Amino acid sequence: MSNWTKACNADDVDSEDVIPVAIDGHDYAVYRSPADDYFATDGLCTHEAFLLTDGLIMDNIIECPKHNGRFDYTTGEGQGAPICENLRTYPVKVEGGSVYIDLG
Amino acid sequence: MAATDSVERIVLVGAGECAARVARVLREQGFTGEIAMIGDEPHAPYERPPLSKAALVDDEISQVEVLSATRLAELGVELIAGTAVESLDRDRRLAVLSDREEVTYDRLLLATGARARTLPIAGGEFALTLRTIDDARALRSRLGPGRSVVVIGAGLIGLEVAASASQLGCDVAVLEAAPRALGRALPAEMADVLVKRHADEGVEVLCGVVPTDITRLGGRFAVGVGGFDKPITADVVIAGVGATPNVELAQASGLTCENGIAVDDRLRTDDPVIFAAGDCCSFPHPLYGGRRIRLESWRNAHDQAEVAAANMLGGDEQHSAVPWFWSDQYDFGLQHAGLADEAALSVVRDGGDGSQIRFALAPDGRLVAASGVGPGISTAKDIRLAEMLIAAGSRPDAETLADPSVSLKRLIKL
Ligand SMILES: Cc1cc2nc3c(=O)[nH]c(=O)nc-3n(C[C@H](O)[C@H](O)[C@H](O)COP(=O)(O)OP(=O)(O)OC[C@H]3O[C@@H](n4cnc5c(N)ncnc54)[C@H](O)[C@@H]3O)c2cc1C
Ligand code: FES
Repeated sequence: MSNWTKACNADDVDSEDVIPVAIDGHDYAVYRSPADDYFATDGLCTHEAFLLTDGLIMDNIIECPKHNGRFDYTTGEGQGAPICENLRTYPVKVEGGSVYIDLG
Repeated sequence: MAATDSVERIVLVGAGECAARVARVLREQGFTGEIAMIGDEPHAPYERPPLSKAALVDDEISQVEVLSATRLAELGVELIAGTAVESLDRDRRLAVLSDREEVTYDRLLLATGARARTLPIAGGEFALTLRTIDDARALRSRLGPGRSVVVIGAGLIGLEVAASASQLGCDVAVLEAAPRALGRALPAEMADVLVKRHADEGVEVLCGVVPTDITRLGGRFAVGVGGFDKPITADVVIAGVGATPNVELAQASGLTCENGIAVDDRLRTDDPVIFAAGDCCSFPHPLYGGRRIRLESWRNAHDQAEVAAANMLGGDEQHSAVPWFWSDQYDFGLQHAGLADEAALSVVRDGGDGSQIRFALAPDGRLVAASGVGPGISTAKDIRLAEMLIAAGSRPDAETLADPSVSLKRLIKL
């Protein structure tokens, strides 16, 4: 079942950047790629539950600010130590200047 | 000289952070031979950093596993826990274990880590030390509201334990023999920020104070201090006075040791089939003029694991990662990249929220180190960018570094 929920405005996120979004007490991260595609993942690192959105973005990688664990934010895949568990990703659509994520 | 024979069996000595990472990388790189991991602690590999921080503040210390027994089994790694490697027969490529069993190897990794130094004073054995999860559990059971704690040594672990004990309601004092806290790890101004944070919590850090002896007084302890009329009494005494690399096995096997097991920039010992990585080894660092250093840091254990794994499988990778570590004390985070000792110029960037970053520039203008401290994680992104600038040998403009309105990302892109 899909459950499309508005996360933010499309222009709240700069190109090549990420913002934190809290919905019902859950932290999400919404990304905008250099090609202006949008992506969404869980907002907390799978290592020690730090907020990822203070981390650095390089290409399609978000790096956790705490111990530099890395994820591909387009797939959620962890990129080596200390990450053992992938990051959950969510489908995203942009309509009428708003970003919606499917919380499923 | 690299060995070129075929590799079917790899033995990892030590089941800590570094060995665990090596096991994972070996499989990621497609190694299908046997891997045996031999560790003298009766545990699967676990993370040490939480032991002085978040885990110590919990009622019960939980183990953050690096690789659980299940995961090790999935990876096809044989964990022999609670067993030490006692000697090596390098001619026959045999490791002899404490239970007399013999294990053969084509390549061997020494990832034996380091152990907490004990206090070399009379009664030094009364001071608890912290290296393992069992140490942490023993320490935790003695901490609690109203208990008085003396921490000897204002290094990173001493200060982290002091912060955690204070958060548990203990009454904490820290004694440091050197003129200032964190002398080995950080610039003075950074150390001051943390010492002030401790003072705000009522934790006094007394520097230039040399403990002379510890005596037991019933259930309590008296710490004699040079120049003080009276000893300081406490319910718990903890020593955070550094760590000693575990080199005895290497030494007894005739491998060169020099402030750690000496390896080259490929992490090879003088025996081409034996490698060493993590806290136990000293290595020449190409970013710092090939100077031989030894690091005790979690990231270094990971970074060296990648290189050692690749090279055990016949690769020729150089270890050149920028040294990096972090610390957490109360709500303050600290991150440090690089080595500052060749620095000529220090530049400060004020974060405005009580956080600051100090950059260290070498006489030729190269950025050689950066440390950030402050509430939360506010400086993390900049320290990461600084790390990239250090790795690239950049010579950033000092004014730009000092200007908080200019993103360091711009310097990377220039
Ligand atoms: C309390 C604490 C807090 C820390 N906090 C931080 C931090 O905030 N940031 C940071 O960057 N770093 C931190 N560190 C450092 C970090 O944990 C180490 O750098 C890291 O664990 C090194 O990994 P290693 O595998 O080289 O050694 P270790 O993790 O020490 O593992 C080595 C293992 O080998 C075993 N061993 C030794 N000899 C033998 C033998 N002959 N046979 C079998 N087994 C043997 C040892 O018992 C040990 O289990 C901290 C360390 C401690 C103790
Ligand atoms: S919390 Fe993200 S890497 Fe540790």
